[in-house]
Amino acid sequence: MVTVQAPVAGSTTADRVIDQAAPSKRGGRLGLLAPAGLLLIVGLIVPLVIMLWYAFTDPSVGLGNFRWYLGDAVQQRILLRTFTTAVNVTVVCVLLGYPYAYAMVAAGPKLRAVLTLLVLVPFWTSLMVRTFAWVILLQDHGPVRTLLATLGLGEVQLIRTNLGVVIGMSQILLPFFVMPLYAVITNIDRRLILASSGLGAGPLTSFFRIWLPLSLPGVGAGSLIVFISSLGFYVTPALLGSPGNSLISQQIFTQVNGLLQWGRAGTMGVVLVVITFAILAILALVSRRSTRRIEGVRS
Amino acid sequence: MRNPTARMWKGVLWAFCALVALWLAAPSLVVIPLGFTDKRSFSFPPTGWSTRWYTNFFQDPSWVGALASSLQVGALVAIVATIAGTAAAAALTRSAFRGRQAVNAVLLAPMIAPVIVVAVGLYALFLRANLLGTTLGFVIAHSVLALPFVIVPVTASLNGFDRRLESAAAICGANRWTTFRQVTLPLVAPGVISGALFAFVTSFDEVVISLFIQSPYLQTLPVKMYASVTRDTDPTIAAAATLILGLTTVLTLTITLYIARRNRVR
Repeated sequence: MVTVQAPVAGSTTADRVIDQAAPSKRGGRLGLLAPAGLLLIVGLIVPLVIMLWYAFTDPSVGLGNFRWYLGDAVQQRILLRTFTTAVNVTVVCVLLGYPYAYAMVAAGPKLRAVLTLLVLVPFWTSLMVRTFAWVILLQDHGPVRTLLATLGLGEVQLIRTNLGVVIGMSQILLPFFVMPLYAVITNIDRRLILASSGLGAGPLTSFFRIWLPLSLPGVGAGSLIVFISSLGFYVTPALLGSPGNSLISQQIFTQVNGLLQWGRAGTMGVVLVVITFAILAILALVSRRSTRRIEGVRS
Repeated sequence: MRNPTARMWKGVLWAFCALVALWLAAPSLVVIPLGFTDKRSFSFPPTGWSTRWYTNFFQDPSWVGALASSLQVGALVAIVATIAGTAAAAALTRSAFRGRQAVNAVLLAPMIAPVIVVAVGLYALFLRANLLGTTLGFVIAHSVLALPFVIVPVTASLNGFDRRLESAAAICGANRWTTFRQVTLPLVAPGVISGALFAFVTSFDEVVISLFIQSPYLQTLPVKMYASVTRDTDPTIAAAATLILGLTTVLTLTITLYIARRNRVR
């Protein structure tokens, strides 16, 4: 691996030297990036700019939409509900996904292949199919309710409630938590555990002082993806929830489709995008600071 | 002393993981028996069996049409996203330039940006550009979402690529085209092929953006399913879901086994 990497690194330095000399190479690079760039501009950047434009101009130029959004108690409740739903989904994913990812690392190669496949197949299974399956399972007189009733847990309303939305979303998003966590913990050096037990630590001490801190970047990455995806989830809350407990994505849909309030939809879109990227930025800062701290300790 | 406790904890862990595995895999499977129900209802488990919903699926032009559009759009997206993504990955891995990190972040942005916001924005754009309910519109929208799924595996395979092999081919007298065809392409192919399959599946599964940019004349299968489940209780949707489940499972297994075998050969 090392022998391969050294000449590659050398060739990139050589590239950089050539790069300054030959403008044709730079042109070639732009040419290679052009198709993807064009797609991104048309399919992502322009739509987002349009939403931003609507937020400030429709129906009239100014901050009217933002004033409405901040002053509307219903919208604040919906934003809060969106946040609590995302937190609940993330917590469920952490609680179910952490032991699972740990087992994937601890298992032998055959069992690991099975466990990996059990994460990958749902990951690639259509969101629509998985949501529809939950509609069947959670429906009134459906199998889950019957099961709960026979277990003596009483009649629990599941579909058209926030509980149902959290159940469906956490099952759908679990692979998004497990995969980044697995990628991190599979690279943890097991000799550290051996070393700690050699120094007299019990299994619990080893776990909490060595394994857990080293796995935290994976937990962070996984929960970040789950949390951000939950904030903007549309299909699952639309089919498992109800208008009475809608999330911000359903509100955006209603503002455009039912009410033709483009400015308000744009405002909510801006709020959602800003929150998403603010969370990303904060976490990037935190993780950079903690790596610096670790490096500081090492040096 | 500690051994029985450790074994107990191990047992608890495995039992818990078996439950999580069941939680991951089992729910989607309910669509399979429901597709064979004999009643026009979603009641589960079904009490009688028939294949009428499959017959219905293949005889109803709107379902078959949706399936055909999904396959067509998916294939086109696989081509467009693979070409654009592979080119971008080549530009990112083969030369060091200022702002490479930033370009990389922007290319992966479709994975993070809230889809619902992009969907409404695209709807506004396509409304003006007359692209609503067109194949071109679907291909543009889905290709953007599929780009990261191509760029990530192709970048990985380009990073593990020893460029001295290309120089060696050139020294042995191969011209650029021969070098590309006989050295570069076979080594990068696994990444490109898995990227193409991922792109296809991304497009084939996409619902939210498709809901906004569809028209009665062009609907993809997930859109048709969404419309069906919100409008009435028609088990044809369960037959459709079973077909999709089968197709995506086969594709995922193919990709996983293909990558695993490639890695073993190395």
